Amino acid sequence: MNLLRLSNLRKTFGGLVAINDLSFALDAGSIVAMIGPNGAGKSTVFNLITGIYAPTSGTIELSGKSVGGLATNKITALGVARTFQNIRLFAYMSALDNVMTGAHVRMHANMFASLLHTPGQRAEERRVRERARELLRFCGLDGDASNYARNLPYGNQRRLEIARALASDPALLLLDEPAAGMNPREKEDLIRLVARIRETGVTVFLIEHDMNLVMQISERITVLDHGEKIAEGTPDAVRNDEAVIEAYLGRTDGAA
Amino acid sequence: MPLAARRIALGIFGIVLVAFPFVDPNNAHVDFLANAGAFILLALGLNIVVGFAGLLDLGYAAFFAIGSYSYAMLASQQFGVHIPFWLMLLIAPAIAAIFGILLGAPTLRLRGDYLAIVTLGFGEIVPQTFLNLSQYTNGPNGISSLDQPSIFGRPFGFSATPYYFVLLGLILIAIVVARNLENSRLGRAWMAIREDELAARHMGINTTTTKLAAFALGASFSGLAGVAYAAKLDLVSPDQFQFNVSVLVLSMLVLGGMGNIWGVIVGSFVLSFVNSFLLPQSTSLAHSLGFADLDFTNYRFMLYGVILVAMMLFRPEGLIPSRQRAAELHTAPPSAEAPA
Repeated sequence: MNLLRLSNLRKTFGGLVAINDLSFALDAGSIVAMIGPNGAGKSTVFNLITGIYAPTSGTIELSGKSVGGLATNKITALGVARTFQNIRLFAYMSALDNVMTGAHVRMHANMFASLLHTPGQRAEERRVRERARELLRFCGLDGDASNYARNLPYGNQRRLEIARALASDPALLLLDEPAAGMNPREKEDLIRLVARIRETGVTVFLIEHDMNLVMQISERITVLDHGEKIAEGTPDAVRNDEAVIEAYLGRTDGAA
Repeated sequence: MPLAARRIALGIFGIVLVAFPFVDPNNAHVDFLANAGAFILLALGLNIVVGFAGLLDLGYAAFFAIGSYSYAMLASQQFGVHIPFWLMLLIAPAIAAIFGILLGAPTLRLRGDYLAIVTLGFGEIVPQTFLNLSQYTNGPNGISSLDQPSIFGRPFGFSATPYYFVLLGLILIAIVVARNLENSRLGRAWMAIREDELAARHMGINTTTTKLAAFALGASFSGLAGVAYAAKLDLVSPDQFQFNVSVLVLSMLVLGGMGNIWGVIVGSFVLSFVNSFLLPQSTSLAHSLGFADLDFTNYRFMLYGVILVAMMLFRPEGLIPSRQRAAELHTAPPSAEAPA
């Protein structure tokens, strides 16, 4: 069964058609990329999946369950986590607290347990703190646990967002331009990190502009232009697709 | 300070606080401290709403009023209902919390200035309602002759000392509760909402219930303060809960350091001291020196204004700031833009 399936998805903002009749599916355990020129509607797709927007029409299914238009926090509970194109960390919380907050949806302490620090609450806090430290290590941020998120170097902030997302134990991880602003070495680290994330059983769906990285990392690529899918397939197939070349470079008819 | 030294210092401070009414039996001093205690309790509650969750509430005195009127109506001759003081310390916070949720619910989608304006409105509506429901509340005269609390069958009497100890106990509980909340799933959720509400929703945080929890818990603290204050004053009237009370409590937070429990306590103590001790005392001193026209208490609001402006200019994070606020106010805003 597909982990994620979008069927005839459409989203309009007033007269603007942001996403038009988009259908595609994502297999569990894969690494899939979505590419397309600026304004193609890639981030809108993420916002539809995570419930920021409700679809105008069409369906979004997560493991067969329709989730289109569900509240964001409920979609997170169903196993979708994401990072943001413009980093949205909790700037004035420590890196460790950021990751622990990521685990919110998998924690059970209610208001009274939080207020009284019951033994169960304390045990849960310890467990989650330990797990958050593990995730920081996993993402190469061991030294940054007690630093404010905003004081971290840029590349580390990007990785902290990934650590925070992983804390919710997602089945599907959405990465919105994870390599934006990274230097070549940080990109290498990122590629390895994404591969390790997939090894833990998490499906990765990413938006990225760096073609080198996309071609290296992904098993399948979906290409979006003007809110419509114009191509889909393996990196090699997409690289040589006429429609894709046209969308990125313009038409080559006439003179050529 | 190392942890051990801190504990010792706190222990000594605790002993001083407990011994104070016996060492200094001047009832006026104890009375002042008890009143200051009520404001510390209020400030600790408002700190949950404003400091932790970042929801600017300008009508916080409404919940103080609800707590006070709960006691006045349920423990006096007014309706012939006489619920014991100690039981009211459980009931009134619950009532205040319910109103916290009722008044919080319409504001959930609002942020910043808009939230402040709506809460300001609620802060005006509540005392006005108590004023106008005169068949139940005696309107502007308020409700007097409240039941006197008693402990082990002995009434509190006219001394401020028993109230002093009640408030000391309540503040101790409030500190423990606030600290527990700060380091918990709920506390992190509040701070996440304060920092970035959209990202908070992506963490699976239900922002509706989380904000309502802040309003409810914040209100419940002031419900407690209301009961103790009403019983001590033996009178409840609408003019005790005007806008200036909300501003005073907020000023205490700003002065002490929003988000930091110890800062909030220091801020409320300092402003209470200025308000009910320093100004009246210096006025009587001036009178005794022959300046009969001087009344420093008239300059109260000017002084708050000067303190607030001075704090904003020289130490915007407060006297004892929280780590976050200090960092926020002394560094450039975080840049979310990717370097090209």
